[in-house]
Amino acid sequence: MSVQVLHGGLLTTVQDLGRFGFQKYGVIVSGAMDCVSMRVANLLVGNEEEEGVLEVTMFGTKLHFEQDQLVAITGGDLQPTIDGQPAPMWRPVLIRRGSILQFKSAIRGCRSYLAFAGGIDIPLVMGSKSTYLRAGIGGLSGRALQKGDCFACSGTTNPIGQSFIQQLEQADQSFTWYVDVRQLGLFRKNEAIRVMHGSEFHRFNPESRHAFFSSLYKITTQSDRMGYRLEGPPLHLSETFDLLSEGVTYGTIQVPSNGQPIILMADRQTTGGYPKIGQIISADLPRLAQMQPNTEIRFTEVSLEQAEEALFEIERVMADIALGIRLKAQS
Amino acid sequence: MTLQQMSTPFRPLGDSALVVHLGEGIDPAIHKKVKHLSLLLENSPFPGFIEAVPSYNSLTVYYHPLTVCSLNPAYAKKSPYQIVCGFLSKLIDSVGTHQTFKQRQIDIPVLYGGEYGPDIEYVASFNRLSVDEVIRLHSSAEYLVYMLGFAPGFSFMGGMDEQIATPRKESPRLAIPTGSVGIAGKQTGIYPLETPGGWQIIGRTPLDLFLPDCSPPTLLQSGDKVRFVPISSKEFSSLKEKKQ
Repeated sequence: MSVQVLHGGLLTTVQDLGRFGFQKYGVIVSGAMDCVSMRVANLLVGNEEEEGVLEVTMFGTKLHFEQDQLVAITGGDLQPTIDGQPAPMWRPVLIRRGSILQFKSAIRGCRSYLAFAGGIDIPLVMGSKSTYLRAGIGGLSGRALQKGDCFACSGTTNPIGQSFIQQLEQADQSFTWYVDVRQLGLFRKNEAIRVMHGSEFHRFNPESRHAFFSSLYKITTQSDRMGYRLEGPPLHLSETFDLLSEGVTYGTIQVPSNGQPIILMADRQTTGGYPKIGQIISADLPRLAQMQPNTEIRFTEVSLEQAEEALFEIERVMADIALGIRLKAQS
Repeated sequence: MTLQQMSTPFRPLGDSALVVHLGEGIDPAIHKKVKHLSLLLENSPFPGFIEAVPSYNSLTVYYHPLTVCSLNPAYAKKSPYQIVCGFLSKLIDSVGTHQTFKQRQIDIPVLYGGEYGPDIEYVASFNRLSVDEVIRLHSSAEYLVYMLGFAPGFSFMGGMDEQIATPRKESPRLAIPTGSVGIAGKQTGIYPLETPGGWQIIGRTPLDLFLPDCSPPTLLQSGDKVRFVPISSKEFSSLKEKKQ
């Protein structure tokens, strides 16, 4: 066994890009909340970007490495340390046999991603390593990491990971280069979350439609991987009507009858029956995923074309990052 | 439905999914179109297609916008949404109500009442029926599975006799055991996992609804026809044993 869990922390689960193809059976997608950080973590250790990683939430997780292991830590800054010394983020790091990696507490963002070169050696369930807590499948025994758990990492066979291991062993110090998180826009402050109209946007009364785009909504402490419950000016329909359940997705904003919106997150149910006032664009979901409870957010309206363009822009940045990492491996 | 709505049945669900709306209300004929379109799509998926989820009268289609554009260079300048709508429009043209596909008939054995159906007496008295009449009405109808959602393997079924319709419990139970068969308003359903819930529980099936190691991973699928078959506690035990 290569990694031993000394403390599971608040919530640490194995996640990849999600379990697709089974939503028609009611099986949720799951997957990393902040997919951008998760993909960069994999790229930094030479993995395929969809490989399973650990999603560490807020604080407390403590791991003991029983063999040398190339890793990368991205996402929110939870003050990771290796044997008590600050662990560098957003770059490949070689953790030595016998070392302890610990996440102290969140000072920026709330979810860190820990990728292991070669990936976490667990079976795929319905094509994915993601943990589906409620059904108890995927990940490590279908649940969050606990003290006493052990898992193995598959060997590093990819040339990028091997090159970084070699470079780190020769230099005997950390890399000074890193992926600049600013280009990913994950922690931009005071910037509105971009939203498209939801299917039932026009069924809300004019005051609610106006309030939605002009007010602050607070992410309440009743927020988790399944959904963010917001608190702010209540939103109401012009008149009630029967709405049948239908497919929903990551970032769908539903409004139950109490008027307080709920944003559906990575562990959302596959279908929903509440009116949908808005849909957060894919490009802004990683930023939302890094927001802690009690953060106040503002929504701004964008068109489908703007949403698509924003997504393509993120993908261009991701392609540049991937290329940059490949070049570092060749140097 | 207006003519305009008929000609544009698509609406975006964000930048990576869209909804194809095929009619109004809960109607087996409309659902047949939904099911037919989802089968056509799965048999000839467009580049970038991820998956499709049927509901009562619509199909939600999930796709990778980047792949849609990069694998369809002829449309490089178009929006991924427009490209996907183009693919789906061609498929919709060949969807008709008369097409037949293999509709499965699934029998669900149920032990009604007793400790496994603690609310059956309430359902009976609410509707001024005897417990036996509730069982007879519940097990004599043929149900259509419109969609799965809420939990893995949980089916939204239509076709329950309104004589046994009963409102949800005022305060939900914290844990409803796996396999519980319940009524909520005009709907009936089976709990595939132990979850909290407010449905009136009238019985339990020994069958597994969610089968994560099987393909497909659920006993029921959208489009299935379902009947409930009353069984004795002895039959319940022997079916449970057979499973293990």
